[in-house]
Amino acid sequence: MLKWYMLTLVGKDQSGIVAEVTAALYQGGCNLGETSMARLGGNFTVMMMVSAEQNNTQLTELLAPVVDSLGLHLHVDQIEGQLHQHLSTDVMITVSGADRSGIVANVTKALTEAGLTILDLSSDVAGSEQKPIYILQIDGHASEGVEKLHAALQIIKDDGVDVHMQEIDTLIG
Amino acid sequence: MPVLDILTYPDETLKQLSKPVTCFDDELRQFIADLDETRLLAPGCVGIAAPQVGRFQRIVIVDLSKNRKPVENHGHLILVNPEITQWDGMEAGREGCLSVPDFTGNVIRAKTISLKAFNAEGEELSFAFSGFEARAVQHELDHLDGLLFLDRLVSRHNDLFKRKAQKKK
Repeated sequence: MLKWYMLTLVGKDQSGIVAEVTAALYQGGCNLGETSMARLGGNFTVMMMVSAEQNNTQLTELLAPVVDSLGLHLHVDQIEGQLHQHLSTDVMITVSGADRSGIVANVTKALTEAGLTILDLSSDVAGSEQKPIYILQIDGHASEGVEKLHAALQIIKDDGVDVHMQEIDTLIG
Repeated sequence: MPVLDILTYPDETLKQLSKPVTCFDDELRQFIADLDETRLLAPGCVGIAAPQVGRFQRIVIVDLSKNRKPVENHGHLILVNPEITQWDGMEAGREGCLSVPDFTGNVIRAKTISLKAFNAEGEELSFAFSGFEARAVQHELDHLDGLLFLDRLVSRHNDLFKRKAQKKK
């Protein structure tokens, strides 16, 4: 019986990782669902939903040659599939400011309390080594309306970081 | 009248060029009524094009008057043989499509367009659209040329929005 797994692969970035990993999965009869790859500070990371006949150990063994040769760390979890259940994004929030600890924790706490469901989040440290800046981008769903989020954002602004919120109206045509 | 079936990607027929309407008769108007009924069954759907239901003629319907978030609009529009005569500006925005269920993505469209079209009675009309309504019209017109928003996707990430903000300064 087909089961869904979440495969997490992390390692030093190099070209060809996606091609080699997916070739091994394909040859092993597995199928991909949603995937997300990102380079984080020169490190390769990917999470892949994979449906497979194999059990956890067999999947790990299937990927072992590729994982070893590319120097990756592999983690395999059995999960619920849940494809085609996307919540629609209706707000995009950008936060930026001088880098200091606690920005993400404070911002997301305020937004979560105001009803935001975070659907996508990425952040970066930019600027120079002497003057680092922190930039955070969040896509989300305002489950309790946008007005409540505006109030929460004001609290964040008062704390000295720049925040912009843009409502996203997805066109369905 | 039964609601029409919607063709979905990767149906190859969606990629063909639709032909101009030459006969503005009752049959056309009945088809347009059925097309609109089909659109209305999809929650939040602001536009539909004839090729999406397998009729490869240059007909679209756009209606932003009941959009979830109120936007500037010209009401319920039937646009037959539409032609963009002028466009200006570019803007990224998120789109989805009845023919591509359960997927949305960012697409760049002109901010404002001028358009000539005929109504269901064959009378020539001209419009100036902007913002979300201009986006909806462009999305539907693409169907007439066999294009889906998948053909125009840009980065899922948001650098395009940021660049737009910088340009305003």
